[in-house]
Amino acid sequence: MTAASAIALLILSPLAAAALAFALPKRGRALALGTAAVVGAAIVQLTRAVLAGGVQTHRVGGWGAPLGIDLRADGLALLMLMVTAGISTAISLYAQGYFRSGHDDEAPHRERYFWPLFLFLWTALNALFLSADIFNLYVTLELLGFAAVTLVALAGKRAALTAALRYLFVSLSASLFYLLGVGLVYGQCATVDLASLASKAQPGPTLWVALALMTGGLIAKAALFPLHFWLPPAHANAPAPVSALLSALVVKGSFYILLRLWFEAFPALLTPGVAQLFGGLGAAAILWGSVQALLQARLKLLIAYSTVAQLGYLFLLFPLAAEREGGFVAWSGGLIFLGAHACAKTAMFLAAGNILHAAGHDRIKDLDGITHSLPISVFAFGMAGLSLVGLPPSSGFAGKWLLLNSALAQGQWWWVGVIFIGSLLAAGYVVRVLTHAFTRVAEPTTPNPLPPVMEWTALTLALLAIGLGFASHWVAELLRVGAPVIGPGLMGGTAS
Amino acid sequence: MMRRLPLGILSLALLAALSWAVLSLPAKPTGLTEASLARLPESGVTNPVTAVLLNYRGYDTLLEVGVLLLAIVAVWSLRRGEWPTDDLRDRPLLLSLLRVVLPVLMLAAGYLLWIGAFAPGGAFQGGALLGGALVLAILGGRGRRVLNHERLLRAGLVVGVLVFATVCAVTMRLTGGLLQYPRGSGGTWIMVIESAALISIGLTLGLLYLGGRPTGETGNAPSQNPSSHA
Amino acid sequence: MPDADHRIYLLAGVALFALGFYSLLVQAHLLRRIMALNVMSSGVFFVYIALAAQTSGPIPDPVPHAMVLTGIVVSVCATGLALALADRVQAATGRVELGDDEDAAAPSDATPVASDEHKGKPSA
Repeated sequence: MTAASAIALLILSPLAAAALAFALPKRGRALALGTAAVVGAAIVQLTRAVLAGGVQTHRVGGWGAPLGIDLRADGLALLMLMVTAGISTAISLYAQGYFRSGHDDEAPHRERYFWPLFLFLWTALNALFLSADIFNLYVTLELLGFAAVTLVALAGKRAALTAALRYLFVSLSASLFYLLGVGLVYGQCATVDLASLASKAQPGPTLWVALALMTGGLIAKAALFPLHFWLPPAHANAPAPVSALLSALVVKGSFYILLRLWFEAFPALLTPGVAQLFGGLGAAAILWGSVQALLQARLKLLIAYSTVAQLGYLFLLFPLAAEREGGFVAWSGGLIFLGAHACAKTAMFLAAGNILHAAGHDRIKDLDGITHSLPISVFAFGMAGLSLVGLPPSSGFAGKWLLLNSALAQGQWWWVGVIFIGSLLAAGYVVRVLTHAFTRVAEPTTPNPLPPVMEWTALTLALLAIGLGFASHWVAELLRVGAPVIGPGLMGGTAS
Repeated sequence: MMRRLPLGILSLALLAALSWAVLSLPAKPTGLTEASLARLPESGVTNPVTAVLLNYRGYDTLLEVGVLLLAIVAVWSLRRGEWPTDDLRDRPLLLSLLRVVLPVLMLAAGYLLWIGAFAPGGAFQGGALLGGALVLAILGGRGRRVLNHERLLRAGLVVGVLVFATVCAVTMRLTGGLLQYPRGSGGTWIMVIESAALISIGLTLGLLYLGGRPTGETGNAPSQNPSSHA
Repeated sequence: MPDADHRIYLLAGVALFALGFYSLLVQAHLLRRIMALNVMSSGVFFVYIALAAQTSGPIPDPVPHAMVLTGIVVSVCATGLALALADRVQAATGRVELGDDEDAAAPSDATPVASDEHKGKPSA
């Protein structure tokens, strides 16, 4: 398998699987697992190619930018593809148990449509991470948005439907802002290719406004404070595997595009003021989201607000990595944190889904004694919480540690305070849930039966979130390939 | 009412910023016209827009056909389709119009598909006509048997994506590049893709109008209300 | 600054966009909000076509034209999806508006609502 065919497979196989899953509803799960295998193999090949030969670019159709579209695999893209593949494989395993164990008549219908929608989501994510063309990114964003919205609505209940429609309105208007921005960029620079833009873009009113439009749309899709209002109802009311996909992957897609735009296409426009603004919004997200999470009565809403908070950490990457020489520590830290959050949040939502299924509700104060019936899920929740708070040796710790070091090294000590307070608050809401879970009750209620695969996938992801902390050095080296920022790693390492 | 004022000011500010941006665009932009025309002979078609859609930026078109399929899957997951319930005996004019217009529309769709290689036209344009024909048919209460045959519909809806993906795989085998047609055969491959896409696009647009999955659904159909089965 | 001819089209496009955005924010009725989104997208396409028309050359720039074609298809799909979802929301809540976040406190999903009610007569 060449790098080019690996890239092609990463997009074509989930797409074809999605179409087949719709045409042959009974084969949905098999198609998803088959896709996981193909995508996994392609990622292995591509990683080898990238580590050996540097950034892999494929000029689709042989035309080459700016006339054609380029697909590019560098360290960052690979990390995102890996995280997506890992989470999606876990979800594929979890989902069948989830839908088959539904008590209601709607469950077969939901399962039938889950698979094609999920596979479209995966296609969109892979296409997004590999694309080096800002108009192509618009198409992938729309593909992603439609799949995500419909998956939320799949839950069928009123709260899910209204949340889905609100999400759709936000998603569509945000995409239109982005599209208008792309148009202005094309009008100014006659290209929509990320690499060519780096040389052709000169700061001026058109590009400032274009970038503002695109950024506005993308931060709405990434649910950055203050445009986060759509996220908690959508993530809380969606079916559990969908909540996991949304928090772990979908919102990260828009964040990824923001990184590409500001660090690769328009680095000249990333002034310190803009970078601090992003950081400020991130800090507000951390504080606001964490406080809101503490106040929630329902478990899934707590986890959803936690997502709002954790996404704030990602935006701290802007002020810390904008320092082009020496920003690599922050760059790798932020991205390791992204991967850590994806695994931990998925584990939490899956565990919450298990609890919801077994107990019939997700009111936190009534979760006393749930450990008796779901020890594995509660343990998974705890481990995931460990990573979220950022305790060693989890990958959450690795990410936060790198961000902290970067902040101290650059003298931006105000972010240190934000990170500490955020971690304390996260500990607060995690412990709150665990306290209830571990409280003994005199007569534990008999839970609804749960397929074991549901519990084990949650646990595996939680352990992954912890274990990947050990691999953070390797991840950082992978991220170095094609990274727009340079600098020494935390343990020394080569200054490229 | 109170909300309208700050939102109105926000919108005006947006308009001001956008106007400033748009008026600062270069006076004589270069665009990609020259580049598209220069490489047109290699593309296998002579219409520049079709060349952009199926050659230079064919990858966008692949994803777009995917979006179309996703939309109909999504709408089917949400609702059941609804047929108009008017009594068509009250509408003799519509019925006689349909008898003439539907075949003409289908012919025109095929014509647009064929002519897309060297004049404005192509799969999307033809597909839109086909979709329009389907909408008319639905309005006239015609085609109920076909449009309720779910398996047939599913096959027609996925054929666009599947053929496109297959062409990608095959050409990848032949040339080593995604969507890189072997020299000289670009026109043929494009026709294959566009023909399959025409069917899917037309069906998707018509079925979007119907607004949901066919009412004669087989398999694990959910009950519409507790007392009846689908 | 673009020529006078093209300025008018570019400004009209952004005016449509801003107008559509204002309506999206201010209107409560779901159908009007969906139409507002359509007006916004028309504005964006207007700008793209104006950009294509401006270029010097024997023909208008085909790349923005192809982009608009893609955009129109995506827009139609979005509208279809939005309408289907809005219909489900109306069936579930009885209102043709989105409420203000009262769903955040909705009771948990032990018993889901049936996926859709088949209406006897389609709405006009």
